[in-house]
Amino acid sequence: MSAGRSVAFAGIARSFGAVQALRPTDLAVAAGEFLTLLGPSGSGKTTLLNIAAGYIAPSAGRVLIDGRDVTALPARQRNIGMVFQNYALFPHLTVAGNVAYGLKARGRPADEIARRIGDALALVQLDGLGERAISALSGGQQQRVALARALVIEPDVLLMDEPLGALDRQLRKHVQLEIRRLHREHGRTTIYVTHDQEEALVMSDRIGVMRDGRIAQLGTARELYENPIDSFVASFLGESNLLDGRLISVNHGRARLDVPGLGVVEGVAADGLEGMSDVAALVRPEDVAVEPARGGWPARIEEVVYLGDLTALKVRLANGQDIWCRRHARLGVPAGAVTIGWEAAAIRILPRSQPTKTEERTP
Amino acid sequence: MSLTARGHLATALLLLPALLFIAVWFVTPLAQLFQLSVSDKAGPFAPYAQLLGSEVYRRVFVNTLWLALTVTAISILLAYPTAYVLTRLKGWWWTLAFYCVLFPFWISVLIRTFAWMLLLEKNGPINRVLLELGAIDRPLELLFNAGSVHIGMVHVLLPYAVLPIYAAMIRVDHRLLLASDGLGAAPLMTFLRIYLPLTMPGVTAAAVFVFLLALGFFITPALLGGVSAITVAMLIEQLVNERLVWSLAGAASFILLAVIFALLALAARFVPLGQALVAR
Ligand SMILES: Nc1ncnc2c1ncn2[C@@H]1O[C@H](COP(=O)(O)OP(=O)(O)O)[C@@H](O)[C@H]1O
Ligand SMILES: [Mg+2]
Repeated sequence: MSAGRSVAFAGIARSFGAVQALRPTDLAVAAGEFLTLLGPSGSGKTTLLNIAAGYIAPSAGRVLIDGRDVTALPARQRNIGMVFQNYALFPHLTVAGNVAYGLKARGRPADEIARRIGDALALVQLDGLGERAISALSGGQQQRVALARALVIEPDVLLMDEPLGALDRQLRKHVQLEIRRLHREHGRTTIYVTHDQEEALVMSDRIGVMRDGRIAQLGTARELYENPIDSFVASFLGESNLLDGRLISVNHGRARLDVPGLGVVEGVAADGLEGMSDVAALVRPEDVAVEPARGGWPARIEEVVYLGDLTALKVRLANGQDIWCRRHARLGVPAGAVTIGWEAAAIRILPRSQPTKTEERTP
Repeated sequence: MSLTARGHLATALLLLPALLFIAVWFVTPLAQLFQLSVSDKAGPFAPYAQLLGSEVYRRVFVNTLWLALTVTAISILLAYPTAYVLTRLKGWWWTLAFYCVLFPFWISVLIRTFAWMLLLEKNGPINRVLLELGAIDRPLELLFNAGSVHIGMVHVLLPYAVLPIYAAMIRVDHRLLLASDGLGAAPLMTFLRIYLPLTMPGVTAAAVFVFLLALGFFITPALLGGVSAITVAMLIEQLVNERLVWSLAGAASFILLAVIFALLALAARFVPLGQALVAR
């Protein structure tokens, strides 16, 4: 069953005074798709979501839902479900009062409202809590009330703005899977905003990485992880080591760069690398081989972090740069001086993105 | 000395001047007044019986309560939209509007009441303009009636209504209104079901404020009101200054005080007044 409608943004932009919160953006979300907007805070995620909901008018461009231009429609006429950051539950109403609100606004009969409240609360596993006050709920329960309130109106599109940000890690993982299950079952078009890459990876069909008011790259998690267009996307999705250097040559899809203090590093060239000068080599931690002094780059082990199944090692290269590597815990940790190396085919040479005011990498 | 004990001592010391002041200048006279009210020759509670038993005196109390109630209602009705506009204004406009609301605080009640007398009198500017325009052929009786008392009192008391309501309004999370809108609610529904209930503590606080102040009002009803619309405060003044019956005056004061306490207790049951009055 697919209850979703497609959403399209055509040339949508928004400024607040001198701040360009959103640069002209095109984005098409397919009916039933789960799309995540991922980016550091201030990158324009909330602005884009609020434009879809009708809470903010765009400075330019159009919003289409199911092909229909809704740019001029107020939020109340868009049939969109929104889960706000920190939920925005009505504090003076009960759980049931919150969930019933959208149905009352639609003038549904009382018996239907009662039945649908029951169904919605069961869906989010809050059966029997209908008469509770909002303030008597835990954070996780409040989150689920917000979800039930948004879903009960059977919205054409579900929008969620960092809905799990206030939950502790354990609960967050649980709710992530819940939200994914609900999406699988109902196929409701969902635009989900987060700054947590793991959340994006767990839930999304596609991810749009946002930066500085624009979508830097849009694609499946795998596309973004394996083929990031620049060092920003690479560092925002997944763990990454970036070796900055000057581009020497691009040849048959292979690129070579000169890393100061280290020498020549070779890898697969990203698109549009030709003619650039400032580039970076992306080395994923799982691609780094750490061997006791044998070939490759000499390095020193600085830190060892035991992660259960894996061990993360921080090694320092001769030029002072730190590289994180990961290996199976049962391989043990080599002692003393080591050398590190990698397959050139696993390395991507990317354009280096300039740091911006909104830069705020996740650790 | 433990830290908390020291904290309590410091608190007590900080409160001491205010407590002393109240004890000397408020509690003591009040006790004396009570003493006067129960020391009538006819028996300790004779003045109370006389006040509550007489039709005339009862009418004064009812008048006063009714006047305070209508003044409160009008003040709230005017203050609510005013406070809302204040929450929507920014920068210079906000400053300007806020000073307009506060401005009356800086001018004495007496002066403002006289100003209304000048405006409303038979040969005052309002009557003259209306006569000039030909809207009326005889000056209107604008002064010394319920209308002039209400105008004068609402004018004085409006800021006391605006401020608590404003404080409640700025505490309303804007996103709740967005959420209501997004759930399909028409603006009227958003107002009635979300905004109004959330600002109600401010309204209650404002109502209690204005009502209590209106109950004890003297200058404005005395100067702007007619002889028939006598209030408790005016009655007390007459009893003291003209009829020299201190026992009756004392009893009237204590009845008014009892009414005020009763109303406060009633209001406190419905809203935490402290919370409503203090903006976070
Ligand atoms: N109402 C507003 N007024 C002024 N600036 C705003 C407003 N909303 C957002 N901005 C600015 O727009 C940029 C993008 O904000 P936002 O969309 O909230 O980012 P995100 O949700 O990704 O953290 C930020 O620089 C923010 O300061
Ligand atoms: Mg945001």
